[in-house]
Amino acid sequence: MEMTSDLKLVEEPKKPLSMNPKKFSLWLFMITVVMIFAALTSGYIVRQAEGNWVMFELPFEMWVTTGIILLSSATMHWAYLEAKKDNLERVKLAISVTSVLGIMFLIGQFYVWGVLVNSEVFFVGNPSGSFLYVLSGLHGLHIVSGVIFLIIVLISTFKYKVHSKSLNQIQMCTTYWHFLDALWIYLFVFLLLNH
Amino acid sequence: MATADIHITEETHHDGHEHDHDHHGNFWTTYVFSTDHKMIAKQFLITGIFWALVGGTLSVIFRLQLGFPEAQLDWLKPILGGWITPEGKLDPEFYLALVTMHGTIMVFFVLTAGLSGTFANFLIPLQIGARDMASGFMNMLSYWFFFVSSVIMLVSLFIETGPASGGWVIYPPLSALPQAVNGSGLGMTLWLVAMALFIVSSLLGGINYISTVINLRTKGMSFAKLPLSIWALFLTAVIGLLSFPVLFAAALLLIFDRSFGTSFYLSDIYINGEALPNQGGSPILFQHLFWFLGHPEVYIVLLPALGITSEVIATNSRKPIFGYKAMVGSILFIAILSFVVWAHHMFVSGMNPFLGSVFMLLTLIIAVPSAVKVFNYLTTLWRGNIRFTPAMLFSIGLVSFFISGGLTGIHLGNSAIDIQLHDTYFVVAHFHLVMGSAAFFGMLAGVYHWFPKMFGRMMDAKLGYIHFWLTFVGVYLVFFPMHYIGIAGYPRRYYSFTNYDTFNSFSDLNTLVSVAAILTLVAQIIFIFNFFYSMYRGRKASANPWQSNTLEWTTPVNPGHGNWPGEIPTVYRWPYDYSKPGAKEDYIPQHIPFSMTPESNLPHENDMIKLEGDGTKVVVDEKK
Repeated sequence: MEMTSDLKLVEEPKKPLSMNPKKFSLWLFMITVVMIFAALTSGYIVRQAEGNWVMFELPFEMWVTTGIILLSSATMHWAYLEAKKDNLERVKLAISVTSVLGIMFLIGQFYVWGVLVNSEVFFVGNPSGSFLYVLSGLHGLHIVSGVIFLIIVLISTFKYKVHSKSLNQIQMCTTYWHFLDALWIYLFVFLLLNH
Repeated sequence: MATADIHITEETHHDGHEHDHDHHGNFWTTYVFSTDHKMIAKQFLITGIFWALVGGTLSVIFRLQLGFPEAQLDWLKPILGGWITPEGKLDPEFYLALVTMHGTIMVFFVLTAGLSGTFANFLIPLQIGARDMASGFMNMLSYWFFFVSSVIMLVSLFIETGPASGGWVIYPPLSALPQAVNGSGLGMTLWLVAMALFIVSSLLGGINYISTVINLRTKGMSFAKLPLSIWALFLTAVIGLLSFPVLFAAALLLIFDRSFGTSFYLSDIYINGEALPNQGGSPILFQHLFWFLGHPEVYIVLLPALGITSEVIATNSRKPIFGYKAMVGSILFIAILSFVVWAHHMFVSGMNPFLGSVFMLLTLIIAVPSAVKVFNYLTTLWRGNIRFTPAMLFSIGLVSFFISGGLTGIHLGNSAIDIQLHDTYFVVAHFHLVMGSAAFFGMLAGVYHWFPKMFGRMMDAKLGYIHFWLTFVGVYLVFFPMHYIGIAGYPRRYYSFTNYDTFNSFSDLNTLVSVAAILTLVAQIIFIFNFFYSMYRGRKASANPWQSNTLEWTTPVNPGHGNWPGEIPTVYRWPYDYSKPGAKEDYIPQHIPFSMTPESNLPHENDMIKLEGDGTKVVVDEKK
């Protein structure tokens, strides 16, 4: 904005700058997901400030699931780098590993819920617990969508539709998976600081 | 199916978007599961008109109760059945349901989906020079999510316990507890399901609008050359993208409270002396989350109407819009401010008075960009060669409502005055003028203006004038007296005032309002007739009936799939070169290069001639 005022650009009609509409739409979608979680976490803070808030320790197992999803981000990126180099066999392996890690994360989160129930933190009860279930559950739903996306990319790889000249799909999948990872890190740190 | 396929895949910028279907299509692909933005726009428009009639009829039914509290309503039994009590009165709970559904339908289904859905879909590709939306498939999904949402909302009107009746703002605990009111049972569940689908539809649409405006503009269509209608629709989509997910979060927590026994919004509630198990919830939390959507929502409703008005007023004043940059700036400023004023809806919900004064200040600042817009509309009209087409009359009507309704916004924005006026008919008058009627008039202006492009025929102007005057006078007769009723202290949403002596002196005013409301609704039949009659029997339109500058008028009278049969026109100038001194005609469309208009060019425009059409290099001129 500032640049145009002191540097007068005179240009002939040209194609406006643009990026792939699908990738762009994915970013917009991620913004909407950010807004949902922003709303929930700010609701969390507002509610917490009103008192009557039951404190509890986050189960240790959450650190494990966080580790799993961090690892899956690394394998996802590995898949992307191999796709750039046309090593399709490794792409298949890496995406499969990522999907398995994603599913392990989901199972882990479900196990964490069990641990929480055993330590008397219930979905129905004080909002401090309810919020935890809603945040992790809603994030889990997004992980499910991410795993479906991974499987779609895996199928495309088997059909030779993913290679160094056709990276759009795997790029979008990588972006989304990293985003879901970052989203969980945000939620985890948020819960550590505010539980 | 291998008939003559018109392959436009190369022209469109959809990567991997396979056009393997027959472009002539059968009934289903052309009219029902269409991915063409123009057809989707018409689907939104017709669904919107249907909802407007439903919403209007509901309001007339509760106006009968308010205007004629003693009247026998037995004659409504064939339609309303059990909702008319044996004594021939409207059931009080059904009254609440009517108010709730009127608000929900008008705000979301008519003025959000019907307005943005119609005009963003129709105008964005046509005015920026694109073949279609970024993703036609997502666009189709957007309509069909809206359709399913509409069906569910409509079904909720006919269930035994009645539709949601806790007000369109669905505050818990009223909306959370079926014990509180019948409508909070199944009706509320259907409301929440319908709204969740509606949000998905809005987001799918919004993502598409933003992505299209940013990525698919034609050559030369820089942001500084965008018509104001596109600016408004674009920023509306941005607001929706940021605020609808928050409503989704609020609704999600409410669903958990209602159906799974959590306590996000519920605490310390006794019903018939019995305590509910819910502990630790906060109903204020819901209000915060709701109004974080709810306030931006009023701009989602209003901004497209303002954008349409800018376009219509400039075209029919035969003058450039006054202060193009100020118009863009004020839309942008309104969009930003819309996110930081939500708590002015909660001045009496128990807020820290200091916080209240912060929100008050921010709220009053909105008057600045709003006044800029009004000023610019009036100065565009000033000394123009005004053509009073029906669209122009509705646009001027919008400006009138925007002023008269906006002024009362300044009163209500003050937290001290709001304590007196909160939830009275003064508020009802305020937002029905500034948001409801203004946005509605913008929508009608858009329909009258772009009807020739939508259906290739003209609407009848005389019927348009009659429709305008009846509606314009009707709206003022309905909402102006409400200011007095509100100042006198009438609370909104009350079923009856006959038990209070204080309010007896206003019963004739209430009768007047009700009569005016009925007449205004009846006047809309003229529009409906005009709309459907002209669709088949109207005068055939020319390519550019209003002699307008924007790109949609460079398409054939009935644009096919892909909009332009040949290459998409390149844009050389802004869209408001009306009555340019020296020009042969009083308008120069956006795709006319400066080299073709030497007689009217300004000095700096002559300099741009040599830059037109020689390759793709960008010349940077570094002098100040």
